[in-house]
Parts: sequence; C-alpha cells; structure tokens
Amino acid sequence: MEARSLTGRELGGSPEIVLHGRRERQGGWLEWLTTTDHKKIGIMYLFATFVFFIIGGVEALLMRLQLAQPNGTVVTPETYNGLVTMHGTTMVFLFVVPVLAGFGNYMVPLMIGARDMAFPRLNALSFWLLLFGGMAFYTSIFFDPPRAGWTMYAPLSDDSFSPSGGVDAWIFLIHLTGISSLLGAINFVATIHNMRAKGMSWGRMPLFLWTILVYSYLLILALPSVATAVTMLLTDRHFGTAFFDPTGGGDPLLWQHLFWFFGHPEVYIMVLPAFGIISEVLPVFARKPIFGYKAIAASTVAIAFLSLLVWAHHMFATPTSTVVLAFFMLSSFTIAVPTGIKIFNWIATLWRGQIVFKTPLMFAAAFLALFPIGGITGVMMAIFPVDWQLHDTYFIVAHFHYVLFGGSVFGIFAGLYYWFPKMSGRMLSESLGRASFWTMFVGFNATFLVQHSAGLSGMPRRVYDYSNDLHVSTYNLISTIGSFILGVGVLLTVINILHSIKHGKRAGNDPWKGNTLEWFTQSPPPVNNFDVIPRIRSVEPMKDIRHEVSAGVRAAETVAQPAAARSL
Amino acid sequence: MRCALPRRRTRLVLLAALAAAAIALLVAAPGALADAFTPESGGSPNADDIDTLYKITLYVAIVIFLIVEGTLIWSLVRHRARRGGPEAAQIRGNTPLELGWTIGAALILVVLTVITFVYLDDIKNPPPSDPDGLASQAEFASIDQPAPPPGGGPSLNIQVNGRQYLWRYDYPGDQQLFSYYEMVVPTGTTVTLEVRAADVIHSWWIPKLGGKVDAVPGHVNKTWFKIPRGKEGTYIGQCAELCGINHADMRAKVRAVTPEQFTSWAMQKREDIRRAGQELGDQRKQRAKEGELE
Repeated sequence: MEARSLTGRELGGSPEIVLHGRRERQGGWLEWLTTTDHKKIGIMYLFATFVFFIIGGVEALLMRLQLAQPNGTVVTPETYNGLVTMHGTTMVFLFVVPVLAGFGNYMVPLMIGARDMAFPRLNALSFWLLLFGGMAFYTSIFFDPPRAGWTMYAPLSDDSFSPSGGVDAWIFLIHLTGISSLLGAINFVATIHNMRAKGMSWGRMPLFLWTILVYSYLLILALPSVATAVTMLLTDRHFGTAFFDPTGGGDPLLWQHLFWFFGHPEVYIMVLPAFGIISEVLPVFARKPIFGYKAIAASTVAIAFLSLLVWAHHMFATPTSTVVLAFFMLSSFTIAVPTGIKIFNWIATLWRGQIVFKTPLMFAAAFLALFPIGGITGVMMAIFPVDWQLHDTYFIVAHFHYVLFGGSVFGIFAGLYYWFPKMSGRMLSESLGRASFWTMFVGFNATFLVQHSAGLSGMPRRVYDYSNDLHVSTYNLISTIGSFILGVGVLLTVINILHSIKHGKRAGNDPWKGNTLEWFTQSPPPVNNFDVIPRIRSVEPMKDIRHEVSAGVRAAETVAQPAAARSL
Repeated sequence: MRCALPRRRTRLVLLAALAAAAIALLVAAPGALADAFTPESGGSPNADDIDTLYKITLYVAIVIFLIVEGTLIWSLVRHRARRGGPEAAQIRGNTPLELGWTIGAALILVVLTVITFVYLDDIKNPPPSDPDGLASQAEFASIDQPAPPPGGGPSLNIQVNGRQYLWRYDYPGDQQLFSYYEMVVPTGTTVTLEVRAADVIHSWWIPKLGGKVDAVPGHVNKTWFKIPRGKEGTYIGQCAELCGINHADMRAKVRAVTPEQFTSWAMQKREDIRRAGQELGDQRKQRAKEGELE
C-alpha cells in the first residue's frame, strides 16, 4: 500500500453519529422476542436452524439404522416414508437455506459497514415466519406426517393418495418459509444496494456479499414458482380443482416442472453463500488475496443465471422428447464451467500461500476436496442416457449429499468456526474443532462414498428395505456406521460451542487477521456496529488499516473500536 | 508449540497413508470396476451402451478428479505456514491461466457432448430382432410401434402398467395374454415396452436391461430391450419412483426364455386365462341358477 499522508477526514470517515438518545434495554427473553437488531436476529436464525439441523440429522440416523441390514425392523414403512419426507424438507427449508440467511443477517451489515439491515422490523418478521413455518410443519408428527417425499410429487401428494393433513402442513411450511425467505431476500437486496460504506464499489464488495446478493435475487426469482405450485396443490386437495390430477384432465408433469423450476435454483441458493464463505476464509488463512476476484464474482452471477435453465434435468426419465432432454443436458453442462472456474480459483488462492491450519481453513479445504466430487458426478448425470441408469438411485443420494453436505454444510461449518469469535467474543476450542473436523470428514465419506456403488448396483432411493439379491448389504452397513461417526463429529462441534460460549478464550477484535470490515469492530459488536466507518479503498479494507497502523499513519487505538459503544 | 515437530510428522504420515490408500484403490479399481463403479449391464445392448458411455465419462472424471485433488493436496502440504517460510505470494490473478482453464473445461464438455450423441442412437432406438428370434406370428407382430425396426424377425410389444404396488404386462394378440410381476420374454427378440401408470407415478427399471422410464398417469413412456440368445435367465428390478408406503416392495422380474419356450408358455398362459375366464362365467351361471343372482 502506498503510504501517502491522509487527511483527518479520510481517516475518520464522515462524521455520522446516529445515537440520538438511548432507550433502556429490555432484559432477558423479552429482548430477544422483540429485537430488530440484525445481530440478535442472526443469532436466533443460527440457533433455530441448528436445532432443525440436529432434528433432521436424527431423522437421517433413524433411516440409516433401518437400512443397516436387509429386512430391518427399526421403523415401519409408514414411519420410514415420513422420515424421508421430514429429513429432506427440514434440511432444505429449515436448515441450509435459512442458516445462510442467518449468516447473511449477522454479517451483511457488518461487512458493508452499515448499522443494521435496511428494514429491521421486516427482518424480525422473516425470522418469526421461518420459526412458525417450522413449527406448523413439525406439529404434523403429532397427527400424521407427510409421506410423499420432500419433492411431494403429484398425484401421490394429492388427496386421493395422501388424505391426511401432513401434506397440508408441508404446504403451510412452504408458504411461511417462502414468505420469510422472500422478505429476507428483499431486505438483503435493499441493504446491499444502498447501504455500503463509502468507497465500497461493486468491485470492492466482499465475495460473501456477492453470493448473498445473488442468493437473494435467485430466491426472488424462484420462490413464486413453488408458491404457485403448492397453492395449486392445496386447491387440488381441498377445492376440487385438478391441476395435477390426470383423472380430471390435469397433468402430474406440470407439478414437476413448477417444482423444479424452483427446485434447481434452490440448489444454488443453498450452495452459493457457502461458496461465499469459502471465498472469505481461504484468503485469510492462506495470507493471500483471493485469486481472480472478478472471475469468482462473475461466475457466481453466471451460475445463478444458468441455474434457471436446467430444471428439467431432474425429469430425464419422464416422457419427454429427446430434443428437450438434449437441451437440458447442454444447459447443465454449461453450469460446470463457472463452477470449475471457482474451484480452480480457490485452489490457486491456496497455492504459494502461507496456509495457517486453523479449524475454519480445514473445513474450507474439505469443502474444496468434497464439492468437486459432487460436481463431477453432476456432470455425469447430466448425460441423460447415463442418468436413465442413475436417476432416483442411491447414486443421486450420494451426489447431492456431496454437494449439500460436502459442499454447503462443510462451508457452513467453516463459517461457523470463522465467525463464532466475532459473534460471541470468544474463540472456539481448536483441539475440539480439529477432532470434530476429522470425525465429520471420515464419517461423511464413509457414509456417502459407498452410496454411489449401492446406486450403481440397482438400489433405488426412498426404500425402507432392499433385496439381498442386489448385493448392497455391505455398502449399507458401511454407510450406517459412517453416519454415526458423522453424527459424533457434529456433536463435538455442538459441545465445542456450548463450552466455548462461556469458557472460550477471549477473541479480541480480529483474531484471524481478517480482510473485511466485520473485524474492525468489537467482538461481539456493539448495538450500532460502528461509531466511525472507514473509507473503503480495496476489497481488503482491514488489511489496508493494518498497513496504515504499522506504517504509523493511523493510530492503533482507532482500530480498537468504538469508545462510545463500550458504555452501552 | 512444544510438540510441533511430532505433530507435523504424524500429519505427513497420515497424508502419505491417505495417498497410498487412494493409489491402492485406483490400482485395484479395474478388477472390481464392473461391480462397484459402473452401472449394471449385460442383459441388453442399450444397457451395455449406457455402461460404455458411463465408463468413458468416468475415465474423464477420474483424470479431472486427480488433477483437482492433487493440486489441492499439494498446495495444502507444500504451502502450509512454517516459521521462517517464504512470504505468501501476493498474486491476485492471472488472466491467461484463468482463460486457459475456462476454455479447457468447455472443451472437455464439448467432447462429452459429441461422445453422448455418438452413443445416443443405439441407446434410444431399438434394433431389429435376430432372425432366430421369435418366429413370425400374427399374434405377436407389433402393429403400433412408431418406427418398426427394419429387417430381422418381428418385435414384441408389451404394455406395461404400474399400479400401487404391482406391475401388469399385457401382450399383443387377439386372445388375451397378460401377467403380473413376472414378465416372460423371448431372447433374440426386440421387446418394446409402452409404460403407463394407473394411479400415481411409478418408474419401470430393470438395471441389467437398460435405463428407467417413468410411468406417469396420463402419459405413455417407451423403452425397449433385447436379450441376446444364450442369455436366458431372470433379470430383477423394482419401482424407482416413490409411489407410496410399499414402494420398496414393488418389485419386477423379467424371465428370458428361448423363443420356442416363449411360444409354448404363451399358449399355455392364454389357455389358462381363457379357462379361468370361462370358469368365472360358469360360476356366475351356476349362482344364477341357484337364485343368488338375477
């Protein structure tokens, strides 16, 4: 950095003190219930979604127990189909999508140098709608849970074949979490477009924010389709319409088109912000700038655009003409290019770095090792004649768990270990973190690698039992053992969090030598985040500030933020 | 940092072990490849072609996988932070390199596209039956096949109908011939299937005989297989689309027999069905006689 002398105005930023007076803080739980602070809402998001993650995980373990051996008797077929549906729905709608909104909520204002989201009350509404959506869905386990899979294909989900209210509970969940996500997305878009610190042009915006912005636009584009579809399903079920009912002139394939027009962008909604977390974590721990910033940002946008054009690759086995199949094969292929670009850029970021092996980096590196496996099998399945063999088998199950667990969840854990010190003011234990990482890594691969082989041997997904003739018993046993190892790994992180939140080492403002603005303020940040917001001169404002401090241009205490907030 | 050195050594040993395991797996792979790493095949040319296409993409995939994981592990090991190590290189990008891997990735996909279309024809379109296939009989001649395969013997067109939780097969011919669960077919003969569903969506799949086709209510889906002479035997499969509580128990079986055996099976089965129908009629008449029915 050039060490030219700076004027006081540039150093301090423009004087915009917004504290016009103080309201007394409400105490205890009432404060959480009524808060509009993006940080508190973010923490509530993270807490609630992790509870759902644990519930969804327990459902998965029950399924694995049932499948450990042929002729399993752990659960009945009814319960098994319920578990299939609850697990998928929970992980997609109540964990991965909202947990990313949680990170976004906490981090977006901090990373752009704002004091809150654009619409704080709307933000609170988003969270409560999510929670009530989850509760409306989970009450169904007390009467009759849905059993038609998270994709809820008609006519199986129609009233003739699923008369119970479980499917209706699922429809409520889609509507409530859908509105929650839409409002959240609008909030993110408004915040990121309008409230960036002075000097933070689009080209200086942290890559995590690029992904949150694109995530928001994708939600806005994709959610109306599923909202429409579930409303049509609701009227089919209760008000005599026949949109998806072939006996009334409807078409079950219409459901699949509407669902996957949402469902495929949803996949990228679930993975892009994880890409963003990786793009933040890698440069910090490699002590290097991100390689190819523009290419990564541009490929995020490209992936989002292309993700709107690939939905029918979920429907290769349906009666559809070859021309259509070929189009969707080619469009799915093209998505591999921007995705590949990102992976190469991330590896190039590590190359010739000084890689500090802390837990966040280990999770990020595991993401880099695992996500390409899901990506490569994705390209294989885009070849539609090959997909005719692989579709709806355990190969698919393995594929999307490599994308969503190896990709998204490892990315989320990287983010958790990376940002926990900022959120709580305390460090997570490194040794427990490492133990958790290695257990999860081994358990994950043991669970899902063999599932490729089970699928190739002819084992369909969503079966409560399988035939001895398929010779898949060994794969299933390995997978079940692996899933419990994975469970232990997750549990270690839960223990780590519960322990460190009280007893962890003090983090200080910037324990990792971060690049972005959230490390400029205290840990945890005060209610107003920043008293002064520095002018942004590059994509790594904190690196600039550290340079200025070491060059003596900026006094060290201007980094230790902000004196006024301490009394709050 | 007192145990920095041993820990580093353990990590290296661990990495070496991982690498060794990966190499061992790859060396052992070709032997076990047929079973664990590729789709089922061997019953029908379309299944074999899908298998070949899959293998080609798998080889491409393995090369890409090794490049990506190799560079990643190399970078992680080689460039881990060490005291007194070199400063991290402050590189922000390299346009020729980035353009290079973009074009490289695109080229691989172009190659995969071409290979797919080369194989597509043979996977999609049924070949003619062998001359020693099912003997030409009016009852089995396919009349509604959109593009009857030229030459050879006649093909056999079977209507497949899925319902919770059973498959029904209707054979062509004036006299009724149908069966449930087990489909009997002649070898050396192209069998074309028209797949329908009566209630919810099912999916017809016999892995060794090719890919799956969804049975969607209100639609007709088509597929085919041709079991070569000498491969008589049973081929198992099951419904591949969640169709309700007993989805896992919706199994199917294809029993391939010689054309001669097929003809006699069909005659016998037709006779059984005819007799069963007649007995039903007789019973009804008997009950009517006894005054149970109008």
